[in-house]
Amino acid sequence: MRTAGIDIGSRTIKLVAIEEGKIVTSLLVDTTHDPLEQCNRLMAQISFDRILATGYGRHFFETQFDAPTITEIKAFAQGARAIFPECRTILDIGGQDTKVIALGDKGGVTKFEMNDRCAAGTGVFLEVMAKTLGYPIEEFGKEALNAKEKVQINSMCTVFAQSEVTSLLAKRQKREDIARGIHMAILNRTLSLLKRVSTTPDIVFAGGVAKNPCLKNLLSDALGYDLKVPEDPQMVGAYGAAMIAQKS
Amino acid sequence: MEQKDYRPMWKELGLNLEGHDQLLAVLGKAYKDIYLSQENRPKGMQYLDFVISEAHGLRIEELMETKKKGNKVIGTFCVYVPEELILAVGGTCVGLCAGAEIGIDEAEKVLPRNTCALIKSFMGFKLAGLCPYIQASDLVVGETTCDGKKKAYEILNDYKETYVMEIPQMKTERDRALWRGEVVQFKEKVEEIAGRKITPENLRQGIKTANDKRRALQRLSTLRKAIPSPISGLDALLVNQIAFYDDPLRFTKSIQALCDELEDRVKNGVGVVKNRTPRILMSGSPMAVPNWKIPFIVETSGAIVVAEESCAGERSTRDLVKEDGKTLDDMIEAIVDRYMKIDCACFTPNEERIGHIRDLAKEFKADGVIHYNIQFCTPYSMEAYKVEKALQQKGIPTLKIESDYGMEDAGQLKTRIEAFLEMVRG
Repeated sequence: MRTAGIDIGSRTIKLVAIEEGKIVTSLLVDTTHDPLEQCNRLMAQISFDRILATGYGRHFFETQFDAPTITEIKAFAQGARAIFPECRTILDIGGQDTKVIALGDKGGVTKFEMNDRCAAGTGVFLEVMAKTLGYPIEEFGKEALNAKEKVQINSMCTVFAQSEVTSLLAKRQKREDIARGIHMAILNRTLSLLKRVSTTPDIVFAGGVAKNPCLKNLLSDALGYDLKVPEDPQMVGAYGAAMIAQKS
Repeated sequence: MEQKDYRPMWKELGLNLEGHDQLLAVLGKAYKDIYLSQENRPKGMQYLDFVISEAHGLRIEELMETKKKGNKVIGTFCVYVPEELILAVGGTCVGLCAGAEIGIDEAEKVLPRNTCALIKSFMGFKLAGLCPYIQASDLVVGETTCDGKKKAYEILNDYKETYVMEIPQMKTERDRALWRGEVVQFKEKVEEIAGRKITPENLRQGIKTANDKRRALQRLSTLRKAIPSPISGLDALLVNQIAFYDDPLRFTKSIQALCDELEDRVKNGVGVVKNRTPRILMSGSPMAVPNWKIPFIVETSGAIVVAEESCAGERSTRDLVKEDGKTLDDMIEAIVDRYMKIDCACFTPNEERIGHIRDLAKEFKADGVIHYNIQFCTPYSMEAYKVEKALQQKGIPTLKIESDYGMEDAGQLKTRIEAFLEMVRG
């Protein structure tokens, strides 16, 4: 049986189809201003027996395509555990959400927390900061690794942090140093969330922000443990949904 | 049905007619979307639908009529105000508007921005001229249950006479003596306002009326222990909310009739949901009309709320005033005792509350507890930690939610609540 999982996030829509335990399709598009049209386009490209939706857009997908839904929490738990069978903690930083999920030894969710209204320290925060510093988002983490001097960013609010960055630039502070300061600020916030929920290994780092090498290194150093990052960290939720569709 | 024109009455009460029209339109729509869309509602809820639809109409007209007869209307914000004393002098006790995000601009002129939504709301309602209950009240009674309310009443007093009762913070003998003094002083205040003395006869009746109302609500609560529950959490919450401002005798009769119907449902195994629907206990800050946000999300995510450990719920209905008092003094003592049992988070320590939550979770076979506190409500947000810890020890899943009356976090809350329910289902 071929099943699909679609994860409709705030920045990107991911679609994974699996058959006999193997990924047969893996697609990613921007969410844009018209997520429905983007879903239509994705749906036209694949065939499947069953589909399960997750992500913040799951409910509109449910009405439009008559598909059942699960939350991102469950989807990521399933997906991360399938890729790393020893996974006990998941850190997922996406476009607008940060989540930490604790799993029991059998893989069930035992506790989770997510930010509830502010997108501080998430993907969109990094995007705004990268743009302010003139970096493409893909290079942002790599550039931050080159920092020499320590710069502190005090604000985690996107708007305030942006003005902080602007004034640091005006003081001729090197932009890679500022970039690292921004990553440090996210690190501290993420660490406190991890400590509240779980730091039991294996810790899997997923979501778009897991592609950022600087944050991965900072987190691994701070925790004294090498975080596991899936090959395709953005696809974990869609993959998890496709797997659950196999069982349901 | 032809709607009666209440505008002359509203105008006489000094309401801001234009704003009030908008408020009623929003409320009407919210009620339709949240309440009338529910399936399999008990017929007895039609009474509540009617009361809600006439909350700013017929009920206010009734208040104006009783006032014409020389009876007094006393507005309150809290379950600590002894309704028995008000009833004894033929008065009417009404809960004041505090559950909608309204008049915020006005409220923020006098209050700091990071004030809890409930306080901002009652101030906003008053300053924007949108609550007919406060306009109709002869006296507003506040209480010192938190710093925010305490200081806000000083400001509210500039716009409407506000009498404040001091609530003790501990439960020692000294605190009981303080509270006794407050009850006696409030009795004198009520007598002064009403121009009538409180006697053993009229107080006995007042106690009975208030107890009868609580008994009806206790019966409703007990019926919700059935699996499946015969009534939705939203409907039961509404009953508890309306208890604060409907005519107590008529309300009690209607709720007993509703309970008869629910009893039949339970006998026949009829519920509003399927047997295996996760059962949720809501605990925490009070939910005033029309603050239905969290239970609505819970119940549209495939779960049912089976009890409310809050002021619009168990906290105000759990304890009765002893009815065997012969003298006025006996009765006052009985009132003092009853109100001292309330386990508001303003007390320290407040182990009773933790015990009550654990007991409720067990009695109602709750699969999980959602602890809700209004943002900036320090007593409940602080206590959430101890609640979660105590429930964890018993292996009861707990979700802590902090929110206000706005809807901008509804999407995130839905994800969190759905994920919690996935976890509860296992």
